[in-house]
Amino acid sequence: MIALLRRDLALAVRAGGGFGLGLAFFLIVVVLVPFGVGPEAELLTRIAPGILWVAALLAALLSLDRIFALDFEDGSLPLLATSPLPLEGVALVKGIAHWVTTGLPLTLAAPVLGFLLNLAPSAYLWLLLSLALGTPALSMIGTFGAALTVGLRRGGLLMSLLVLPLYIPTLIFGAEAVRRGADGLDPSTSLLMLAGITLGSFALLPFAASLALRVNLR
Amino acid sequence: MSIWEYANPKKFIATTTPLVPWVMGLAIACLVVGLVWGFFFTPDDFRQGSTVKIIYLHVPSALMAINAWFMMLITSLIWLVRRHHVSALAARAAAPIGIVMTLIALITGAIWGQPMWGTWWAWDPRLTSFLILFLFYLGYIALWEAIEDPDTAADLTSVLCIVGSVFAVLSRYAVNFWNQGLHQGTSVPVATGERTVSDVFFVPLVICMVGFGVLFLGLVLIRTQTEIRARRMKALEARMRS
Amino acid sequence: MELKVSDLSVARGGVPVLSGVSFDVAEGQALVLRGANGIGKTTLLRTLAGLQPALSGNVDFPEDTGAYASHTDGIKTQLTVTENLAFWADVHGADLPDRVFKTFDLEDLRTRLAGTLSAGQKRRVGLARLGVIGRKVLFLDEPTVSLDAFSVKMFASWLRDEHLAQGGIAVIATHIDLGLDLPELELAPFRAAADAGGGSDEAFL
Repeated sequence: MIALLRRDLALAVRAGGGFGLGLAFFLIVVVLVPFGVGPEAELLTRIAPGILWVAALLAALLSLDRIFALDFEDGSLPLLATSPLPLEGVALVKGIAHWVTTGLPLTLAAPVLGFLLNLAPSAYLWLLLSLALGTPALSMIGTFGAALTVGLRRGGLLMSLLVLPLYIPTLIFGAEAVRRGADGLDPSTSLLMLAGITLGSFALLPFAASLALRVNLR
Repeated sequence: MSIWEYANPKKFIATTTPLVPWVMGLAIACLVVGLVWGFFFTPDDFRQGSTVKIIYLHVPSALMAINAWFMMLITSLIWLVRRHHVSALAARAAAPIGIVMTLIALITGAIWGQPMWGTWWAWDPRLTSFLILFLFYLGYIALWEAIEDPDTAADLTSVLCIVGSVFAVLSRYAVNFWNQGLHQGTSVPVATGERTVSDVFFVPLVICMVGFGVLFLGLVLIRTQTEIRARRMKALEARMRS
Repeated sequence: MELKVSDLSVARGGVPVLSGVSFDVAEGQALVLRGANGIGKTTLLRTLAGLQPALSGNVDFPEDTGAYASHTDGIKTQLTVTENLAFWADVHGADLPDRVFKTFDLEDLRTRLAGTLSAGQKRRVGLARLGVIGRKVLFLDEPTVSLDAFSVKMFASWLRDEHLAQGGIAVIATHIDLGLDLPELELAPFRAAADAGGGSDEAFL
């Protein structure tokens, strides 16, 4: 499984698109928002937690369909399925690799983009923490969505439709944690819920994803 | 004799075909009695006036919107465990009915909410949960439509339904946490046995709820039969090609 | 070790295509599947490899010894030839033996990115994968597609001198002659009857 993780990370680095595109998308969405809502600093401060979370979520969504589609096209997936690796493990590793190439850079970049949106100073720590706790769930849920739609020709659009509703709880708790942090309230409930969703996703969704993969390989 | 005998498509069609007129008849009777009683023979609410009468559409449709998903969850589990095609097709048949029920609940809610709260839409937890439920239905139906092989589609939608159910419940609690809301408490609290709706409104409401439930059953039976026939055509076509 | 297939029925898209397939392949032996396009060679191989469930019958070989290869190689274009092979060796918990590069004529291509290889060269990397994963029972679907005559001979001699000589087993679907004088199995007699039972949608008929 380590070998698979290493390969996926190497591929993401070499293909270029892995790290860069998601981040660039994150930046562009965040830059577009003030054009839409106006440059008023107070308004931006108020909506910054939500915007940062929604933008991070969309950026994570962008690269989901590559999780299995590339391996499906070049035939790696059936070979992995007949290898000694359990398919559940493959799904888990894919989720982790997606987080390392997407969720982690987004988390690290978010505070910088917080400046652009005039985020309240007290919120930076919570923004970092909530994204660090929440984006792994986004990756794992997305891996499940990618596994469901791997064989489909126009799977990308459908996958967004399937995955976005599943993202709702993560988004709510994530943005809530930052908002509470910005207001000087205690965000620990939201953060605990986020951690719970992430742990639950990593514990259970690999099984659902591998079931979907097996069905799709049939 | 086991209940699973009815999971045979032919037996299912043979058994349910004579039942459908009765079920639909009962549904129509209940709805006519319940709605006419509710609309014309109950007093206006002292606070809400006659707008309260939309409750006879709103509450039953909301109830069935949730129960339809619940039924899909159970039939999906049956398909995954026992591989009865009728079960998977019943889930497929129920989804469009469920989404229409969700829409009815949302629209009647908006019509009711406008004079009461002065707004068509509010990001209230209950309203929001229904909007989320609507999205889940959309995704589920879209996945059925997107996959050509019927067994693959049945498997994948079942998995989605199970995972979706977990996240739908999670969303419900998340939304509660997120906004406390305007919506009144439940009209028919089952757990506590109390009533928040007085008797004059309650009896026609129960009749309407029964009517919607039976209507749902009838529609699911009809649509499942249609799905079975469509699947049979597919099976025959596949044999002709090979 | 032995591959034992008894009374196997396989389906494509839920419809039975082959039924009653039985054969044994002993250690060190190979079997070539023959039959017209669409008869179900790929379906049979995928079923043997465990990628799809059989309708009925048994496939018996020691667990975790099977490997499947089709015309898609699972080769990543952004990795070098060595990296690709090392990955598959790693996944199977095997070492990357140096001699595979020689056997499959990849010595000069070791550090080339797989994306820059020709179709035939890529195919050779795909076949070399079989040499590094250390699996004994191979299910090969058209292994020689896009190989030139020289490479076909190279693959054939690997199959005979290394894989089979070390007690391996292979079931191969191919349209060309490998020049190895292998036993053949014609699939036409096993074609499932139009009204054959067992399909997943049987209940609807």
